[in-house]
Amino acid sequence: MTPVLTVEALRVEIPVKTGLLRPVRGVGLAIRAGETHGLVGESGSGKSLTALGIMGLLPARAHRSAAQLRLGEVDLLTLNERAMEDVRGDRVAMIFQEPMTSLNPAFTVGAQLTETLRRHRKVSRGEALARAGDMLARVGITSPRTRLAQYPHQLSGGLRQRVMIAMALLCEPKLLIADEPTTALDVTVQAQILRLLAELQRDMGLAILLITHDLSVVARVAQQVSVMYAGEIVETGEVADVFARPAHPYTRGLLSAVPVPGKVRRNEPLGTIAGVVPSLVGEIDGCSFRARCPSAHDACIRPPPVRSAGSSRNYRCHLPPDALEAQP
Amino acid sequence: MTDQVLQAPIVLPRRLRHGGFVLGAAIVGLVVVAALIGPALVPDDPFAQDLLKRLVPPMWMEGGSAAHILGTDQVGRDYLARLVYGARISLLIGLSTVIVSGLIGTTLGVAGGFFGGRVDDVVTFIITCRLAVPLILVALAVVSLVGSSLLVVVVTLGLLLWERFAVVARTTTAQVRNLDYVAAARAAGCSRGYILLREVLPNILNPLIVVATLEMALAILLEAALSFLGLGVPPPLPSWGLMIAEARDYMFFQAWVIVIPGLALLVFVLGINLLGDGLRDLLAPEGRA
Repeated sequence: MTPVLTVEALRVEIPVKTGLLRPVRGVGLAIRAGETHGLVGESGSGKSLTALGIMGLLPARAHRSAAQLRLGEVDLLTLNERAMEDVRGDRVAMIFQEPMTSLNPAFTVGAQLTETLRRHRKVSRGEALARAGDMLARVGITSPRTRLAQYPHQLSGGLRQRVMIAMALLCEPKLLIADEPTTALDVTVQAQILRLLAELQRDMGLAILLITHDLSVVARVAQQVSVMYAGEIVETGEVADVFARPAHPYTRGLLSAVPVPGKVRRNEPLGTIAGVVPSLVGEIDGCSFRARCPSAHDACIRPPPVRSAGSSRNYRCHLPPDALEAQP
Repeated sequence: MTDQVLQAPIVLPRRLRHGGFVLGAAIVGLVVVAALIGPALVPDDPFAQDLLKRLVPPMWMEGGSAAHILGTDQVGRDYLARLVYGARISLLIGLSTVIVSGLIGTTLGVAGGFFGGRVDDVVTFIITCRLAVPLILVALAVVSLVGSSLLVVVVTLGLLLWERFAVVARTTTAQVRNLDYVAAARAAGCSRGYILLREVLPNILNPLIVVATLEMALAILLEAALSFLGLGVPPPLPSWGLMIAEARDYMFFQAWVIVIPGLALLVFVLGINLLGDGLRDLLAPEGRA
């Protein structure tokens, strides 16, 4: 089965005063229908720019290149802006981090939902409104008729994120890109929204690219995970596998920084990763993580190879899996 | 449902509690009503001269009569009728100038704020050039060259008074452009033109409305100034500025001739400014979370 999204060697380059900023350096992803792929990494690792690069929504100065960028059978690299506008919101939709500001305050929820639908589908205003109401009910909003007539400021954060999800799914896209969809919500609402996304995914066979820095969110909803560092994917594989046996030193560092109830004892310090993310201006020679890596050695000044650690399980490091297992 | 019940009592008293807004709205409302239906209520013709009844004082002064409530001017035209027709002229000039300048300024400002970069540089340069132009001097020069008519005054003022629209539209657009709902609209496949009209413009409208009121007051004052200098609305049209100019010769002996149109101008401009200030206070903090 062809993946819904195929990304190969995606690069984003932005000219800045000090040189060429390269926030995304050859990212590869493949997401199948019905699958949630978590993209994790710290701030500035290039997660969001990867998403914007896929959507073709990068700032005008930025330059995008890729060996492959396909949505199903459609080659996104060959589409012009007009054709891209038709794809966005129709076959690929996106939801954002801040539900409080993601809706236009000047129009009612109903007006915004129907316009998105009428932008891509030939339906009458009345039918659009009916479908919008159905979709609101489907994302778990009670009394959708009333909500349709309300303005965004009359809704709570959780409700707004539900409206955003409804808006994104109105045209039944194949791929949903969720950029930190639950970061701005409190934990209980967060759990509701994640459950809702999982339900809708099962019903619609949706592929989801879930961008987050929250590993627990990934553990809860994603099947596949890619760990990003300094614009590169340093490790990818099935979530359970990666979390149980992290191969790349960066993934190990990330996981050791997460408190696990029952496993981490009181007063025991959590793991940290020393140092900061390297500057993304210009080329990075060798391994981008070597300045912070506990296992760094002489070979790390050369670019690390992509190694396999089991089926569909890759990581980018000089050390073989068993050598890494031996490390603390 | 509870939201609807809650919302109404929050908004209404807030408007009515704002003293400046209420006063301003009352004054502007009064002038608008006077301009619209006033001429039907005032029986006298504002252009009809009666040399036998020159400079009749208002009815509450000695020698005044109920036939001319505000008296008559130096050629015997009914002063109330002229004042009411003058309100029409002032309102017409204020509104049409604001429409012309609002279109120019908003277009420039939104373009600069939305597209940024080179476009913004050009817009900023044009705004700076406009700010370097001395208003009254250029208006005087243009009107004296082209000749004075209502249309010339409106176009001249409209072409001169757009810079505040541009500045405000530019900064607010630059703020709105970076908000998530604009990004969300782009992610939903909306084109740039659509985003400008539906996502940006409605959300920068509030400050622009406030600017419009201030510019309208300024336009009315400038028209009065031009008319006073004899370069605005041509006589015998009853502009308030023209009425002040014509009353100049009598101000030491018949002070009311100059006080009445002067007061009308003062109160109207004050009313517009109060309304604008009130709108700014009322539109800003609430209702937009």
